[in-house]
Amino acid sequence: MEIKLEEIFQDKIDQEIKIEPRDWMPEKYRKTLLRQISQHAHSEIVGMLPEGNWITRAPNLRRKVALLAKVQDEAGHGLYLYSAAETLGMSRDEMLEELHSGKAKYSSIFNYPTLTWADMGAIGWLVDGAAIMNQVPLCRTSYGPYARAMVRVCKEESFHQRQGYEIMLTLTKGSEAQKAMAQDALNRWWWPSISMFGPNDDNSPNSAQSMKWKIKRFSNDELRQKFVDVTVAQAELLGLTIPDKDLKWNEERGHYDFGAINWDEFFQVVAGNGPCNKQRLKARVDAWENGAWVREAATAYAEKREAKANNQIEAA
Amino acid sequence: MAETKDILIDYVLHLADNSMILGQRNAEWCGHGPVLEQDIALTNITLDLIGEARSLYQYAAELKGGDSTEDSMAFLRDVTQYRNTLLLEQNNTDWAYTITRQFFYDVFHYYLQEALINSSDERLKEIAKKTIKESTYHVKWSSEWMIRLGDGTEVSHLKMQNALNALWEYTGEFFIPSTSEMEMQEKGIGADLNALSIKWRSKVEEILKEATLSIPESSFQQKGGKTGMHSEHMGYILADMQYMQRAYPRAEW
Repeated sequence: MEIKLEEIFQDKIDQEIKIEPRDWMPEKYRKTLLRQISQHAHSEIVGMLPEGNWITRAPNLRRKVALLAKVQDEAGHGLYLYSAAETLGMSRDEMLEELHSGKAKYSSIFNYPTLTWADMGAIGWLVDGAAIMNQVPLCRTSYGPYARAMVRVCKEESFHQRQGYEIMLTLTKGSEAQKAMAQDALNRWWWPSISMFGPNDDNSPNSAQSMKWKIKRFSNDELRQKFVDVTVAQAELLGLTIPDKDLKWNEERGHYDFGAINWDEFFQVVAGNGPCNKQRLKARVDAWENGAWVREAATAYAEKREAKANNQIEAA
Repeated sequence: MAETKDILIDYVLHLADNSMILGQRNAEWCGHGPVLEQDIALTNITLDLIGEARSLYQYAAELKGGDSTEDSMAFLRDVTQYRNTLLLEQNNTDWAYTITRQFFYDVFHYYLQEALINSSDERLKEIAKKTIKESTYHVKWSSEWMIRLGDGTEVSHLKMQNALNALWEYTGEFFIPSTSEMEMQEKGIGADLNALSIKWRSKVEEILKEATLSIPESSFQQKGGKTGMHSEHMGYILADMQYMQRAYPRAEW
């Protein structure tokens, strides 16, 4: 019986029919998706912190409003994604519990500090740019609620990416200090950004299964290459130098070659030893704990209201 | 003639600074709210407030002329030139203080717009027409939270009553007119703060009653923000807000 169900399931996937919450699915498919979607949701809300760090200091009113709206969009993405993940049988509170206990991960890039205003440009341009490379194929991912959430997310992300690039462009057209600020941000964000695609394909154990289930449609290395190829030209247009001496066009491959990623650093950050891991997690835990009385009061009030309404119905 | 213009500028800046400084304070919450939906809701309000402040700063900059811009208004005036009331620069402290501060301002802000949509100044009238739609929603949101938390649990009730007790002494300043407010009211440009005070009090009492919260007995009221006599918080708010413009003068961003 199990085998038959699994065949039907795979057949649907092969025919590009979306899997919906009530459909039968292998337990491992459910778990893989739940892990991936909740990680993605956590990345959105932890990702609010490094940019949120600059809202009160944004250099002018137009930028302040745009940044505030952008960080708010990330909260919205977190909401869509938690809702999509909830269809797989775990509540948002349970997912948050896993984030707070350190069991669940989020994108490592958010464990780097935002030191200057140019980081708002670099994050939009590079981090959102890399996220889009990852996320556009997810709009066609096999699980329906995830795919639909990603359509909304991607529309906003591409807007954020243009906004980030435009911040960089303004800086590179500005004073020497502003140009230096832009270059410095690129230097600091480049390697973490290309690490965002995850380990090399020969070192990515879950990838094959995810490809078969069409959760993933491109490998980590394919997406990374695509990102490097489009970003080089964008950096040239800005007059900035990508901090990789091995970066050069390879005529034969039709792609840019680039230097080796420092995977030691990547895995250290994943393991919790990045420059801001502890602060990011603490900020989330503090927000949750400091908000406990608010959530409890809201629930208590809603219950009182309901009890009152019921009494009125009975009395009538 | 020039003097009237200066008074109008002072008045417009007062209106702008109120929403700007509260917006700046609320923005500190972004990413740290008690629940995701409310983080988003408060940020919506913040975006409205800063949006309104921008319209007003643009107007003030046009009146002022020269190389004034919305940004020079917001980022290049020092503490004593800011005209917001003391309430709005108070620390966020916690969600109880934040909601209470917001509620007091929202009720005031709503009735102020109601008056300004009849302003004889066309520009202020236009801005008020847009703002009143937003502040209608703000009052609804913060009133609901006052009630929910006041009448929620014992803990939430106590926290709300404490916040209310602490912030009450900053509410009277809304209705103590500055020289420019008096002049603007006489000219039919500004609001009648006496009339506004009655409406404010009645709405606040109505909501606090439902929230099972009480107004503190002490009637002493602080003032000074409108004339630039701010609390010590204000210097830090501006240090944060103006840092980039001060560190990199005349740069484009």
